[in-house]
Amino acid sequence: MCGIAGLIWKGGVTSDIGSEMTQMLQALKHRGPDSTGFALYGKGNEGVHVLRFKVAEQEEMKSGFDIHRQVVERKEAVDTRMQELGAEITETEEATEYAFRYHFKFGGDLKRLIDYIEDIDGVEILSVGKGLELIKDLGDAAVVSDQYGLNGFVGTHAIGHTRMATESDVDIRSAHPYWAYPFNDVSVVHNGQLTNYWTMRRDLERRGHRFMSNCDSELIAVYIADRIDQGDELEGAMRTSIDIIDGVFTYLVATSDQLGMAKDVMGAKPMVLYESDEFVGLASEEVAIRSIFPREIDTWDPYQGEVKVWAA
Amino acid sequence: MGSVTTSHDMGLHEEQLTGRTQQRFFSASEEENFTYPWSYEVDYDKSAEFDAADMGISEINLKIRELMKSGHGSITVNNPRAKHSLGVGILNRVNLNFEGSLGYFGCGLIDGPNIRISGRVGWSCAENMMAGTVVIEKNAGSLFGAAIRGGDLVCRGQAGARVGIDQKGGTIIVGGSVGAFTGFMMQRGRMIILGDAGANLGDSMYDGTIYVAGQIANLGVDCVETELTDLDKRYLQGKLDLYDMTAPNGIDNMIKLTSGKQLWNYDNLEPTEKKLVL
Repeated sequence: MCGIAGLIWKGGVTSDIGSEMTQMLQALKHRGPDSTGFALYGKGNEGVHVLRFKVAEQEEMKSGFDIHRQVVERKEAVDTRMQELGAEITETEEATEYAFRYHFKFGGDLKRLIDYIEDIDGVEILSVGKGLELIKDLGDAAVVSDQYGLNGFVGTHAIGHTRMATESDVDIRSAHPYWAYPFNDVSVVHNGQLTNYWTMRRDLERRGHRFMSNCDSELIAVYIADRIDQGDELEGAMRTSIDIIDGVFTYLVATSDQLGMAKDVMGAKPMVLYESDEFVGLASEEVAIRSIFPREIDTWDPYQGEVKVWAA
Repeated sequence: MGSVTTSHDMGLHEEQLTGRTQQRFFSASEEENFTYPWSYEVDYDKSAEFDAADMGISEINLKIRELMKSGHGSITVNNPRAKHSLGVGILNRVNLNFEGSLGYFGCGLIDGPNIRISGRVGWSCAENMMAGTVVIEKNAGSLFGAAIRGGDLVCRGQAGARVGIDQKGGTIIVGGSVGAFTGFMMQRGRMIILGDAGANLGDSMYDGTIYVAGQIANLGVDCVETELTDLDKRYLQGKLDLYDMTAPNGIDNMIKLTSGKQLWNYDNLEPTEKKLVL
């Protein structure tokens, strides 16, 4: 089933989007209790990249004593490889024993750096961006938000996801949002099933794109990344996706300054939209929007095949 | 509103139905005025209201039942805050007023109440409704009035996809536009759309009638346009007047759609199987 939510404050307004997205996702907990993910967009510092990565799955941490040593070794390997390619780490933060947040400066080929880090066994980059911070872990929104200290995160827009695992495992790798590797600041959440997943995946893999999971939702992120790479604007890429991707789906995409939604031609997956002059809120159920706007507001369902994009 | 003589006034009983429709019109005679033996005696002049902001779904539904049990015939629920499954399973005559929006499955499986919702409703509103009226002042989600069997279901705003899918009776009125697959597998009843209709309107409909005032993206399989008769116009005028609604380009310019009855099941099934289909 899964629940997705998105919000954007227009005109450069910032807000405590960490708390707002936590409330929205907590209201959607019944749509998927397996894992929760956030893609939060802050202001960012010029020239500084934010790297979120994990060196193990949460489940692995219960597998024995050796994993604690491996986690330390993998993190050291990440540090070494970053220094090797000339990245200057300016700030490090340990969100959990197996998940980290780095600030770094780097003037070289970002894709090469990312590939080099992910080449380390067990290491997966969750996101790289100047404003994007992508956090996902097992548990409900309140648990993940507390664990990673998301309340009080100030930014302009966010997307989030509560997952009911249907097509792949219950682990962080298969949790949303997906970062559109190797592009800065692009992330995707999705509710639905894609039926031409393998055909499209093989095609994208032949063109050099990497897939970290067997989750069909990752395909949307990779597809959008591919279209942007070929020169499409976000909205154009999303419009094309409606015809190319087969199945039932509603998905949200965020970039450093935009938030977009797309709905399949059958209109088979829910999405409720609220838009005012200063704010746009979207969610699988209206209760999520009401969790941050308890007063009476006008909401509606976007129609089948509809694509909308808003700027921060 | 909803007087048993109204359908006679609209001329419904003069309509000559063709094909193998089994539609029966509601009779004003006493024996047809069915009420459930366990339904509560309520007084419409006895009113009550409560705030549902901090109440759970079951709590709210039980509170409505308790109020009906104590004879309250007019109940107002404030701040429902888009919670799911509110006002479901009411088999009683009662005036119920929701001041706010409902989530999914609102007012499903009802038989008899008159419900007004000042906000929006989510997916599957009034699903399987048997009788009564439900009026939504704002927008409705997808599957609005799925499989309803009777009563009037009115949305003054726009509704999502698959409105009236599997409709088996009653009337659905949408003041705005509707999404794709509206009237899909419709079996009986009437649908009035005052805005535009999405793709595949009336796809695979068995019976029933759809009236559209706006643009139609395209018709579904076996959905055909038929002549709008004076009887239709009388019916539409009467029905829209009831809810103070108007067709944007006038009733004369509305399009009437029915089943072409050319699908395989009309020719290839034995009579006993045909009963199962409907």
